[in-house]
Amino acid sequence: MEPEDSPSRPLIDEIHSNGDIEGPSRSKRPIIRSGEQLDVEAYASLYQGRTKIMRLLFIADHCEGNPGMRLEALRMAYEEIKKGENTQLFREVVQKIDPKMGLNYGMDSAWCEMVDRRAEQKKEKLENELNAYRTNLIKESIRMGYNDFGDFYYAHGALGDAFKSYVRTRDYCTTSKHIIHMCMSAILVSIEMGQFTHVTNYVGKAEQSSEALDPITASKLRCAAGLAHLEAKKYKLAARKFLEAGPELASHYNEVIASQDVATYGGLCALASFDRTELKHKVIDNDNFRNFLELVPEVRELINDFYSSHYASCLDYLGNLKANLLLDIHLHDHVESLYDQIRNKALIQYTHPFVSVDLRMMANAFKTSIAGLEKELEALITDNQIQARIDSHNKILYARHADQRNATFQRVLQTGSEFDRDVRSMLLRANLIKHEYNLRASRKL
Amino acid sequence: MGSLEALIIQIQGLSSSAGDISRLHVILKQSEDSLRAESTRLSAVLNELDPSTHSLGYLYILEACTSAPISKEQATTLVPYIARFISYCVPEQIGVVPDKFISVCKRLKDQVLLLGTPIRGVAPMLTAVRKLQHSSEHLTTLHPEFLLLCLLAKCYKTGLSILEDDISEVDQPRDLFLYCYYGGMICVGQKRFRKALELLHNVVTAPMSTINAIAVEAYKKYIMVSLIHHGQFSTSLPKYTSSVAQRLLKNYCQPYIELATSYSTGKIAELEAYVQTNREQFESDNNSGLVKQVVSSIYKRNIQRLTQTYLTLSLQDIANTVQLNSPKEAEMHVLQMIQDGEIFATINQKDGMVRFLEDPEQYKTCEMIEHIDSSIQRMMALSRKLTTIDEQISCDPLYLAKAGRERQRFDFDDFDTVPQK
Repeated sequence: MEPEDSPSRPLIDEIHSNGDIEGPSRSKRPIIRSGEQLDVEAYASLYQGRTKIMRLLFIADHCEGNPGMRLEALRMAYEEIKKGENTQLFREVVQKIDPKMGLNYGMDSAWCEMVDRRAEQKKEKLENELNAYRTNLIKESIRMGYNDFGDFYYAHGALGDAFKSYVRTRDYCTTSKHIIHMCMSAILVSIEMGQFTHVTNYVGKAEQSSEALDPITASKLRCAAGLAHLEAKKYKLAARKFLEAGPELASHYNEVIASQDVATYGGLCALASFDRTELKHKVIDNDNFRNFLELVPEVRELINDFYSSHYASCLDYLGNLKANLLLDIHLHDHVESLYDQIRNKALIQYTHPFVSVDLRMMANAFKTSIAGLEKELEALITDNQIQARIDSHNKILYARHADQRNATFQRVLQTGSEFDRDVRSMLLRANLIKHEYNLRASRKL
Repeated sequence: MGSLEALIIQIQGLSSSAGDISRLHVILKQSEDSLRAESTRLSAVLNELDPSTHSLGYLYILEACTSAPISKEQATTLVPYIARFISYCVPEQIGVVPDKFISVCKRLKDQVLLLGTPIRGVAPMLTAVRKLQHSSEHLTTLHPEFLLLCLLAKCYKTGLSILEDDISEVDQPRDLFLYCYYGGMICVGQKRFRKALELLHNVVTAPMSTINAIAVEAYKKYIMVSLIHHGQFSTSLPKYTSSVAQRLLKNYCQPYIELATSYSTGKIAELEAYVQTNREQFESDNNSGLVKQVVSSIYKRNIQRLTQTYLTLSLQDIANTVQLNSPKEAEMHVLQMIQDGEIFATINQKDGMVRFLEDPEQYKTCEMIEHIDSSIQRMMALSRKLTTIDEQISCDPLYLAKAGRERQRFDFDDFDTVPQK
């Protein structure tokens, strides 16, 4: 192992300390262990409204092999639904709940009927009101009427209808505030529906509004855009959006996303897609984002570890977080690809400054076997992401320096023979065309 | 009876000067029918003529006596006559009636094929090609016939001698198609895949108004040779390809295109399974030999890929990644590839390691400089030729008439601006 530029002792020590966590630098910073198991109650308290229920149900559906957590999540979802008016969702949850859980969490048909009846009445009332407004042609009232309808449908879980009603208010908006309100409602419903193209659309519309947005709304819009990009697997764009979100967000948008999520999503996307300078510039030195990162110290630590090349502990953090991230309603689909990209980035960054790298040490730093590491490196080299070759006998990775002179000679000769071939076949084709043309001309005569 | 004798005397008398030859030509043309009528007696007459001095007359009589369908026995006697004629005849006299010469040569081909000895036709046919063409760039109708005989007689090396000429003058498009197709096959036989690819490429991209069988068969071989030589194949043809070829060729070659897709995955088992299920198809196309070469080339391709990533690798690991049965087999493959100059490596048999090296060519040797110099000369000659042809075309009245019709009569740019002093 010989660093290319400055083979000084301290650096080498530093690299060695990559390997074992019990190194001197490590003892000062004890690893923050996020609870092995997700604390469902604490997690749920970050959110409110429909997303809280959906997130709880998501956890219940995805935590196989942990019946305790499943029950806990279902129980909380049950209680949360009871506070609202969504009987459809209620019936679904009751079906999922094991009857053994006790009478407290059984089917409450009386409640359902009551809610449904009240909903019928309310719908009738809203319809009457809206018709009245429409005959009177009072713009503002019609807008309010549709908006109420949207709220009503949303509360009862009819997301498609809610979306339509909200969008219909658009024709009756008179001030830019109204437009923003309409957009925010549409975004909220679209996120719940998983229609992220709508989200991007309405974020764009809201940002175009003439009036300057207040910081909270701006942050909300950025988060929504970030989510949309994340869903489309555009991690770099997603990271940028999340990083732009201001600390004013606090818990104002917890019907969609908590500040902790902004830190996690943004942090992971940034790690996976940013290069080193961008990471330093936009994430680590970003005062705004630091506020978010403080909320999730694990992510903060792992980003710092990544930047300071403590890959072992960085990967450790990632490993600890993984189980919980897999239970996240937005992130779970992307965990694997984000993790792969982060790992590849780490491997590339690790090998970058060296002329030769001892694979044993590197495998140690990445907590993997030499054979496994060889496979990963092979894939990266084939992909031309690392310019190096593996000495599988001595287990050393050698950087490869392209020989410009030879490459130029080779290319020149190749271009020459290509030109030769192309010109000859072109002349031949020209000759054939001429022949055909002559033939046609002589036939005409 | 009398007329034939009189004709012979005339041939003997009128074979010296150019003026005599043209007179003789007229006479021979008039007596063509009567010659055919007496075709059975003609072979006896041939002995009275000398093919080197009486080439034109000899040709007419030979043509007449081969015009009727011929039995095996007759062929045995005729083939030496024709072969002797071809090697002794004078190009100037032959040039008067190339059609007759071509048809005699074609009959020679038919006869040697009838006798089942194509090799007897190879040498005379090569001489015939050389005598018929007026420059080495001229593609005659006899080119494809010669290459076909070479293929059938398996004289690939002799065939190559003619393929090395650059051709650019073509009499008949069909000649070019067949020439390139047979030429491609000969190059494949000699494992000169680059040249083969070039020739087949010419067939596939040649201008054509309707699709033809030669192009379809050439495209099949083109796909496979491309896989063997480059390890990949792209279905998109260059944009100068005729539109029918771009549209239809793929439909006729579906199994081969799927072969290429299966090849591109790099999975040997998958490729072999595909070849196995489609074996009948490949066999009926007479392409099973090439398909086998495609399959074996994927091993090479995978080993070559390893050289990009590894500096040293044990034979066992090579066998595992390339899916060979044993390290021994891997060693054979690597050895073969080193021998063929496809990879640069050394095998350490003691611990079973292969060490891959960089290309040792440093571009410093005299040979390399000579090679580069000759390439430069070639390029310069080629570009000079390109310029002359460009000039020729821009002076061609036919071209100008067509181009003139299509655009405005005068562009402003057509007027030379008066140089300012």
